[in-house]
Amino acid sequence: MAEREVAILGVGMHPWGKWGRNFVEYGVAAAQAALADAGVAWSEVQFVAGGETIRNGYPGYVAGASIAQALGWNGAQVTSSYGACASGSQAIATARAQILAGICDVALVVGADTTPKGFFAPAGSGDRTRDPDWLRFRLLGATNPVYFGLYARRRMDLYGDTERDFAQVKVKNSRCGAANPNARYRQTYSVEEVLASAMVSDPLRLLQICATSDGGAALVLSSLAFARKRTTKPVTIAAVSTVTPRFPQTVIEMPNFATDSAATLPVPDVSFKDSIAKVAYEQAGLGPEDVDVAEVYDLSSALELDWYENIGLCKPGEAVKLLREGVTSLGGRKPVNPSGGLGAFGEAIPAQAIAQVCELAGQIRGQAAGRQVEGARVGITANQGLFGHGSSVIVKAS
Amino acid sequence: MAKKRTPAVPGWFTLDAAHPALLGTRCKACGTVFFPREEAFCRSPLCQGTEFEELELSRRGRLWSYTNNAYQPPAPYVPRTDPYQPFAIAAVELERERMVVLGQVVPGVSVADLEVGIAMELVLDTLSEDEENEYLVYKWKPAAA
Repeated sequence: MAEREVAILGVGMHPWGKWGRNFVEYGVAAAQAALADAGVAWSEVQFVAGGETIRNGYPGYVAGASIAQALGWNGAQVTSSYGACASGSQAIATARAQILAGICDVALVVGADTTPKGFFAPAGSGDRTRDPDWLRFRLLGATNPVYFGLYARRRMDLYGDTERDFAQVKVKNSRCGAANPNARYRQTYSVEEVLASAMVSDPLRLLQICATSDGGAALVLSSLAFARKRTTKPVTIAAVSTVTPRFPQTVIEMPNFATDSAATLPVPDVSFKDSIAKVAYEQAGLGPEDVDVAEVYDLSSALELDWYENIGLCKPGEAVKLLREGVTSLGGRKPVNPSGGLGAFGEAIPAQAIAQVCELAGQIRGQAAGRQVEGARVGITANQGLFGHGSSVIVKAS
Repeated sequence: MAKKRTPAVPGWFTLDAAHPALLGTRCKACGTVFFPREEAFCRSPLCQGTEFEELELSRRGRLWSYTNNAYQPPAPYVPRTDPYQPFAIAAVELERERMVVLGQVVPGVSVADLEVGIAMELVLDTLSEDEENEYLVYKWKPAAA
């Protein structure tokens, strides 16, 4: 069988925060940290894959080249990828494909963002009555937290989850974030403190909704052959899933006004969000039972519970049982978001899916001081970008 | 003089004051219904249809889920009141179309008045106004018994 894995030689991050500087600075800092971690010189990098940031003007749209230029042109081939929140895994997927195809040996994957304060709103100006992202704000006032609120309320109704359960997710993740020097929010919270924060989109409160952050993350990826010359047991990427939904997609998704109609074709056996991890597991030849640690996209605290089910840690409706029993806490059988998750980071869009992989690589190497999942050998990320960009990466020990 | 009743977005709903309906399209080849209207190509992966007919969607459905905007959304949202008044948002499942449609809930109905599964019906309400026009948008409202 053809080689299916690539090595993660190095990981690097610029701490998340609200620093107010150019996104290129964060990208360069993360890239330099990843190169140093890998023991790879910038001049050895043959391919640069950048995650785009659409809120930072023209350089953001060509983020790969903007960051490569700042590092000093070295003639590497370059690409820039955009898939909204999944942009980082699009960049990882492109770099991995180049390596597996034998086109290059060493690639730098990098994403960085500088974000405005407050709600994300449509980029650009002027009336755009054919753009669903513009229309959802104009006609509905449907911010991102509105969609998160709908999912959270649905869980309460279908499964009996409570506001305290959702708050407990934040409490759990805040303990991990406190131990992570790259996290933006280092404070720990109690359930009462979370429930005392202001309501944003019922039943979700301010402390349960992901903020928007500045930050940067980078990976140095290589072929296994190249990696063997540098290290004995590299952590590897065993799968990258970038699946789209299947029609009819019957869950209302940002930024849509409606689901597909399921009146003419049967609903797919596997939902979109379930298929994201399923395809990754199939690529890796692994299953949920093999997972030691997961990093999932907790855009809201309640959404983390959806992911437990979507990545197969439990059946639909049972996520809250895992939470209440401590299974997904540090020290539990399947810790989720030991980085602190988006609740402790806030989202730096093109960097976030890369940061998830940085965390898993650090966990598997045993370098996650203060939040280490003991004996972690296999980890999975899960994430989703606007308009149907699935994103899941499986990282494992070799 | 009364302002002109103008849809905030053209072709998405009828302007029938008493019994408004969402306007979708139906693929003439496979019968799949789309809202908002799809007029270029059928999105069913099994169909290459390019011809569509307009149809009115069900005026009633069941509440799939709901939430609200406790804070004023950013532009291009246009607030109706100063100071801002929170409003609820509903996702309503239409039985015949087997489709969930998102909409604002009429003023005066808060999340405390809503429950997943209750019957909802479509109404028209003001989104914004200028000197000549009252711009209308569809909203959801708990159905009269």
